[in-house]
Amino acid sequence: MSTSHKVYGLMAEFADGEELLAATRHAYEAGYRQMDAYTPFPIHGLAEAIGFRHSRLPLIVLLGALTGTATAFLLQWYPAVIDYPVNIGGRPLNSWPAFVPIMFELTVLFASFAAVFGMIGLNGLPRPYHPVFNVERFQLASKDRFFLCIQSNDPKFDLTTTRQFLEDQRPHEVAEVAP
Amino acid sequence: MSSAFSVLRQPLVEGDRTVAQVTSDIAAPLERRAGLMWWATFTAAFSMLMLGMIAITYQVATGIGTWGLNRTVGWAFDITNFVFWIGIGHAGTAISAFLFLLRQRWRTSISRAAEAMTIFAVMCAGIFPLIHMGRPWFAYWVLPYPNTRGPLWVNFRSPLLWDVFAISTYFTISACFWYLGLVPDLAALRDRFALWAKTGSLGVRIRYRIYSILSLGWNGSAKTWNGYESLYLLMAGLATPLVVSVHSIVSFDFATSILPGWHTTIFPPYFVAGALFSGFGMVLTLMLIARKVVHMENYITRGHIDAMCKIVIATGGMVAFAYITEIFIAWQSGNLYERFAFANRAFGPFGWAYRIMVFCNVFAPQLLWIRKIRNNLLAVFILSIFVNIGMWFERFVIIVTSLHRDFLPSSWAHYTPSLVEIATLIGSFGLFFTAFLLFCRVLPMICISEVKGVLNYGRRNGEH
Repeated sequence: MSTSHKVYGLMAEFADGEELLAATRHAYEAGYRQMDAYTPFPIHGLAEAIGFRHSRLPLIVLLGALTGTATAFLLQWYPAVIDYPVNIGGRPLNSWPAFVPIMFELTVLFASFAAVFGMIGLNGLPRPYHPVFNVERFQLASKDRFFLCIQSNDPKFDLTTTRQFLEDQRPHEVAEVAP
Repeated sequence: MSSAFSVLRQPLVEGDRTVAQVTSDIAAPLERRAGLMWWATFTAAFSMLMLGMIAITYQVATGIGTWGLNRTVGWAFDITNFVFWIGIGHAGTAISAFLFLLRQRWRTSISRAAEAMTIFAVMCAGIFPLIHMGRPWFAYWVLPYPNTRGPLWVNFRSPLLWDVFAISTYFTISACFWYLGLVPDLAALRDRFALWAKTGSLGVRIRYRIYSILSLGWNGSAKTWNGYESLYLLMAGLATPLVVSVHSIVSFDFATSILPGWHTTIFPPYFVAGALFSGFGMVLTLMLIARKVVHMENYITRGHIDAMCKIVIATGGMVAFAYITEIFIAWQSGNLYERFAFANRAFGPFGWAYRIMVFCNVFAPQLLWIRKIRNNLLAVFILSIFVNIGMWFERFVIIVTSLHRDFLPSSWAHYTPSLVEIATLIGSFGLFFTAFLLFCRVLPMICISEVKGVLNYGRRNGEH
């Protein structure tokens, strides 16, 4: 196992999304967990095949939305009632129905910021360096090639048997990924 | 049914393109020298922009007395242009958010360009309230912040302030939505330019650097795509009510006043339908130009044009219904001022504008019911221009005819735009087209990753 620490993982290249999906499912069945697939466009069912269940993004967005609503209400209530009360024909200072449009706008604004920065954060972007780019042909992952990378930190990873396993999936080629 | 009839759906992309060809086709306009058509349109657009710049410089230096406004007609061209441009923007969000939620997969080819159109249209819209302030360097006074002018706050109960929040939120969200949609495509361009970056010219190396930085190290892993797709769904869900709220709030600027012709509860839905109508009109105009200028005929197909024409018919019908409802309510209310406002609108001194509006928005789009006309791109282009003109006049009619003759005949007045106002309007079109043409040259105008996802749509399994 000493050699396995010198590589980031083994990467198989496929010409087709269907082949990649099948190979990923086989890898999961074979017990591999630390892996990721790289595709030029989203492929339905691929994240599930890797064993990635759900995203925490919706919860983050909900929290952002609630923060926005509360911020907008306080932003309007404080000047209207405390700092700058104006008596307009004896109407209530806390005229909350008039505050609704801005509450709505800031709800959407904060929720969207939560979504944007949540996605960037959860995905670890921006990422100046990633080992997968060390593979010469990986630049095709944004064009028309589909890659499956089984990482060396997987307990089942072994340079010889994992390579054999990937070769059995009939890929275009299998490459070692330098760390 | 004849035996030659295919049970498969019409493909969304024509010309049997492969996944690899999609990247090279869409990246092609960024990599070749600009053609004669591009330079011709760019020169025209940029000249218009410069004319607008001169007009704005002059009116900011002199004051808004250079406009044709008077004490009766205090709002005219500026607010007309503002509402017009905001409305244009709405189609971009409708395509990227409404149609996404409705699973309309044809939207993929036009969503990027339509979103760009939204951003540029909102930029154009933003100019007008800014210069109407007269002293635009104090524009930040519309923002609520603790200041040294005593405890002096903005009026949170005013629709004009709601507008500030609505428009700035709308611009921010549209820009975020657009940029995040671009990230996977910027990564594709990064990988494409990487091939040439070692040996290429300085320009190529700089562009490679820029694409590398902007693509945030995107590698297209399944986990990233998963997060990206949840983000896209959530953003679509947020942008849909947002876009409805934006034009509703714009309509509150009028509807919350007591002026006959403005003071109506129909305004929010009426404005939103009008915004979508005018926006799709502008999308049609732009797409018909863009597919020719940058040769995207395989991606922006007749099918797309056809679908957008149908949306124009539907939203145009809503607008026509709103016109009829307004007139009916004015009559049915029995209110003297309300009845006069609408009679004056149709037959008063600005009756010509009303008739242009009705012709362009109600009658002309009905031609699109005919399939032959929808298939004739020149006819569609002309009709889309009619929609643009009609919707500009709609806002002009609502604003100016309601203001120029209100309750007191002694304060009635006429309004004629000054040359400065006309030049500013032309300038806003110049800004819009200049920005759009530059966008076509530096960023992929079609979403590469999304089009790849729908490439097999309507084709047999394994045949690609």
